[in-house]
Amino acid sequence: MSQTIKNALVAALMAGVIIAPVFGLQILRRGQETYLQPDWKMIIGGMLIIFVVQMLRPLWKRRKTGTKRLQIPAITDSIRRKVILVLVLFALVWPFFTGRAQVDIATLVLIYVMLGLGLNIVVGYAGLLDLGFVGFYAVGAYTYALLYHWLGWSFWEALPFSGMVSAFFGYILGFPVLRLRGDYLAIVTLGFGEIIRLLLINLYDFTGGPDGVSGIPKPSFLGYQLTRRSLDGTPTFHEAFGIPFNSEHVVIYLYLLALILVLITLFVTSRLIRMPIGRAWEALREDEIACRSLGLNPRNIKLSAFTMGAMFAGFGGAFFAARQGLVNPESFTFIESALILAIVVLGGMGSQVGVILAAVLLTVVPELAREFAEYRMLIFGLVMVVMMVWRPQGLLPMKRPQVELES
Amino acid sequence: MSDLLPLLTQQLFNGLSLGAIYALIAIGYTMVYGIIGMINFAHGEIYMIGAYVGLVTLSAIGIGSGVPIPLMILAMLVVAVLVTAVYGFAVEKIAYAPLRNSPRLVPLISAIGMSIFLQNWVATGQGARDMAVPSLVTGSLEFTMGASDFTVTAPYSRIMIILVTIVMMIGLSLFIKYSRTGQASRACSQDLRMANLLGIDTSRIISITFVIGAMLAAVGGVLIALAIGKLNPFIGFIAGIKAFTAAVLGGIGSIPGAMLGGVLLGLAETFAAAFISSQYKDIVAFMLLVLILLFRPTGLLGKPEVEKV
Repeated sequence: MSQTIKNALVAALMAGVIIAPVFGLQILRRGQETYLQPDWKMIIGGMLIIFVVQMLRPLWKRRKTGTKRLQIPAITDSIRRKVILVLVLFALVWPFFTGRAQVDIATLVLIYVMLGLGLNIVVGYAGLLDLGFVGFYAVGAYTYALLYHWLGWSFWEALPFSGMVSAFFGYILGFPVLRLRGDYLAIVTLGFGEIIRLLLINLYDFTGGPDGVSGIPKPSFLGYQLTRRSLDGTPTFHEAFGIPFNSEHVVIYLYLLALILVLITLFVTSRLIRMPIGRAWEALREDEIACRSLGLNPRNIKLSAFTMGAMFAGFGGAFFAARQGLVNPESFTFIESALILAIVVLGGMGSQVGVILAAVLLTVVPELAREFAEYRMLIFGLVMVVMMVWRPQGLLPMKRPQVELES
Repeated sequence: MSDLLPLLTQQLFNGLSLGAIYALIAIGYTMVYGIIGMINFAHGEIYMIGAYVGLVTLSAIGIGSGVPIPLMILAMLVVAVLVTAVYGFAVEKIAYAPLRNSPRLVPLISAIGMSIFLQNWVATGQGARDMAVPSLVTGSLEFTMGASDFTVTAPYSRIMIILVTIVMMIGLSLFIKYSRTGQASRACSQDLRMANLLGIDTSRIISITFVIGAMLAAVGGVLIALAIGKLNPFIGFIAGIKAFTAAVLGGIGSIPGAMLGGVLLGLAETFAAAFISSQYKDIVAFMLLVLILLFRPTGLLGKPEVEKV
């Protein structure tokens, strides 16, 4: 008991040292002079909390054994199909009955779902920690933006190219680096992500530098634009269908497009993982040396995962550019990579349901808790640490597809 | 030709002072990697916190209080080192110690989370904007060189960086070589499990490694804040990645390698800024990182590592 008190006292003292220079003593400036404004309540409060937590910890630790962990329950295929059908129908109908702001947020969530599913291939399936994923997202977005800016291409013409260019970048960048070990790979991809961003800033004449490209048009619907007035003389959507113009149409249309893209991504990735290439990704993640001794070529397999992930990031990027109407390097910082990674990690690496759930959580919760906006990133970092310590397999870990003998 | 020599001297000096800072941070990366084989992603943030603690100390003393300037700088360094030592210890205990035996990627992700947390911890506490640091060390050593009387400027604040770094490096080398703890830490970096079997308290050594790394980074943070004159909560990220590049360049796990790597990276960057374009200096640093990892992943002074079953 005295040991516990001693530990708790030391911990509380340390908490005081940690809190004091950052929260306890605010640096303020008055003219030339800087002075400090102490906030003793913060320091003492923090120390007390840590003291109490440390005192209670032994009790909590003893009770921890034997708790059951949540997993996705196993369901049969026919039930799963029905559930998916109901969910998709709901997602299709839902935007017509809610407000514009909600649909807009939902579109954002769908973009993150798409990015999360793309990164899930690389990190979750193939086990390659890619910290520069946002680079491919940027390549996709800029491909559409620049094709529009320099050549006047429309969204539908540019979309396949965005995916292809991103995939190509993934291929040529992945080619030399994929023989590196896990954590080196992470740092090199981080380096690539930053290089792409810095180049976008510095190639001023081509990319518009820090200002980026603006005025990017939204996608058209079967050739009809969803604007109030036609840009080039062709009839617009509301003229062609003889309905009054409503600015909500374009929001709902973008949402439905994002939904379709997400469904395609979901379908493709869930098929891929059942194909030999998907099996090879997972085998490689589990044991590279064993794979090599069985005749699998690690580099080609890793490269396919890397390229595939980059391609989905490219599609996501092109859609992002169309939705925002402008792109600039600010949208593609490392924090964005970390956010997408957090979606994959929080959801449970390799789990598609988990990725969707995590994307919803990480996008909707900050929107709901606007008054805590300044603590958003603080909590976000903390959640990443806590998740790794407490539940590294994620909220809804993947259930391995396995064959069972029927008895 | 006559202009080139003084220009080179100037850039050499700039590069050395920048490289000294990288070397101070890089040692933290390399020591941690040498012992537990993990990239302490939050290390750059410790450097940033060191700079902030220095500024808090300076504000607590007050510039107009009549305390002599060398004493003031010493106080800043000592307080920063002590506080960041606690930070280093706590970060290790909270974010890494519980993950000792998990797959490699798990502690790395936890470290990224810690890095984001610490950045925003300071941004929330002290504000996210640039903060001015009063310049305590003013003036510079100037001398003309060459036929065209090119003036080479060496600010005293930057000379101080180089001198303090040299002192710290010598101190660290002696500590690692001769002290009992230093010997134990070398044993741990050779073989953590064997060291444990031979009765070394490895978790204590790991903690000490984090603490030493944090202290050196804090020294770097205080010195650079004084030399540049401003700081914000996000300086740690880029500095951290560059210091990591320096550690890899020198051969990760090797302490002399980190020193060498830091100086080389500092030189490469200043020369790139001087002769190519200052906008491309970050790109040069990242390219260097990528190229080293591709062609010589073991770095200049590192030992090759063979993965066995």
